[in-house]
Amino acid sequence: MNEPIIHVENLCKKFDDFTAVNQISFDVSRGEIFGFLGANGAGKTTAMRMLCGLSFPTSGMGTVAGFNIRTEGEKIKSHIGYMSQRFSLYDDLTVFENMKLYAGIYGLSRQQTLQSIDEKLEQLQFASEKNTLVGALPLGWKQKVAFSVATLHRPEIVFLDEPTGGVDPITRRQFWELIYNAAANGTTIFVTTHYMDEAEYCSRVSIMVDGKIEALDSPKKLKEQFSVQSMDEVFRTLARRAKRTE
Amino acid sequence: MNGFASFVKKETLHIFRDFRTMMIVLLIPIVLMVLFGFAISTEVNNVDVAVVAPNRGDEVSKAVSRLQHNPYFTFKGFINADEIDHTLRSGNAMAVAVFDNDFNKKSALAKDAKAKPTVQIVLDAADVNTASSSAIYLQSVLTENAMSKQTLFNTHLLYNPQLKSAYNFVPGIMGLIFILICAMMTSVSIVREKESGTMEVLLVSPVKPIHIIFAKMIPYFLMSSFNLLTILLLAKYLLDIPMIGGISGIVIISLLYLILSLSFGLLISTLADKQFTALLISAVVMMVPIMMFSGMLFPIENLPLVLRPVSAIVPARWYIDAVRKMMIEGLPLMAVANDFLILLGMTVVLLGVSLKKFNDKLE
Repeated sequence: MNEPIIHVENLCKKFDDFTAVNQISFDVSRGEIFGFLGANGAGKTTAMRMLCGLSFPTSGMGTVAGFNIRTEGEKIKSHIGYMSQRFSLYDDLTVFENMKLYAGIYGLSRQQTLQSIDEKLEQLQFASEKNTLVGALPLGWKQKVAFSVATLHRPEIVFLDEPTGGVDPITRRQFWELIYNAAANGTTIFVTTHYMDEAEYCSRVSIMVDGKIEALDSPKKLKEQFSVQSMDEVFRTLARRAKRTE
Repeated sequence: MNGFASFVKKETLHIFRDFRTMMIVLLIPIVLMVLFGFAISTEVNNVDVAVVAPNRGDEVSKAVSRLQHNPYFTFKGFINADEIDHTLRSGNAMAVAVFDNDFNKKSALAKDAKAKPTVQIVLDAADVNTASSSAIYLQSVLTENAMSKQTLFNTHLLYNPQLKSAYNFVPGIMGLIFILICAMMTSVSIVREKESGTMEVLLVSPVKPIHIIFAKMIPYFLMSSFNLLTILLLAKYLLDIPMIGGISGIVIISLLYLILSLSFGLLISTLADKQFTALLISAVVMMVPIMMFSGMLFPIENLPLVLRPVSAIVPARWYIDAVRKMMIEGLPLMAVANDFLILLGMTVVLLGVSLKKFNDKLE
């Protein structure tokens, strides 16, 4: 199982004259928590969309979970989970109904569905709120439920696009426990964030500036490389080089 | 197909959770039918008629007695010629029938005689629609039987002899409601998912985008079918529209119209990114043209010449025309094949264009 779960070579995405993603290459191994950092407008989201099969690369190649991102987008979709900062559950459905919907979408059998949902609710210690409308939950809880929904079908890899935006520090801490838990069970985590304390939790981190990956290593090594104390300083040193504005 | 089923279920839940909207949608047809059927009417009903007849002979009595026995008119008695204005102004009568001095004598003469019996009808035309339809109906009541062979004109009102305005409005309401529910509600519901960001998550999932769309259409399709049922029942039992041609034809063409409206909704959803935009497009592109150009409110023949071609591209025009013919004249579906084929063609084109646009938009 040494082959990387994500393998990307010279991936590019152009919109007319604008090169959003410029020749990026990297590997992510199984079970890793991979932090994908970059200032707003650096091209993170575009790169992530290509990996999820939502957007077609202009050039370059890549595989996710062993499937080609150019030709096998549909197969990738059933092997990944996805959660975005924009809240992705339905407010007018209950926690249970939301979970059941996504279980159905990912083709889980009836028994698998109920079992998975029970597990998730237990993990969240949330069984009592099973029939609460999601709209009535506080944001932190919504995001935790959203994460559970994204991993309900036991994906090999889960993409998290700024999952903790706007969430309080305690809930963020709890959220990262969920992430660690999933990673310990073999799920690869691909996460973007603007919180540098979260970057410290990642096994490896890449930093994108103006569509290119400028740095890629473990947080410890990056700090050594730039001879600074925190990821925050690493990020600021790199992001300051950006010419592109939002 | 498991995913598809859960999706249809989810859409149904959305509709049920928004209980108020659901009730509005289910009650709109009933309210409109009752409103147009009873409250807003241009039909002849309880019209008070006074009569001026200087010489009250046999023929005059016959005519007056017909008036008295007609359920749509109320005979308010005889008045003098100089009281006409006062009677109308005071609201004691809405119409006055003035019989010729020699009405009896002339009626007795042969058909080809030069001097014909005349009746003048004076109406309060403050309410133009009611006045003009009363005039026609009053004329036909007064000139019935013996007189008809001699009168100058003899209007026959087929299919809707009482000029019931509800008859005219029911097809119009159908044309409006189905496009409202299918096109507007569906497009808003698709755009809502774009706006909230859930669409993105769905696109990352293995569900095929087109399944998402079809799953959204199904509950609205069922809801509109339920409305169709309500409308037909109300039309038959509350408004007493005979529908002698049977309802199968009406149902078939209505289902086609539903599909057309759903395609419209899909097209709008590809053009709009905000629920508000979707609503606005629905209102401007659909509601107004339907009201103005479909013949729902105003006859197409009354449109200025340059605007008449515009009405040809409004699907509701063909649908309403066909339903009128089938519902009121009792024609079979075959007789409106022209309308049906035009609607079918429009459906095919719309569905094709909107599906293509939908797919283009995804990449």
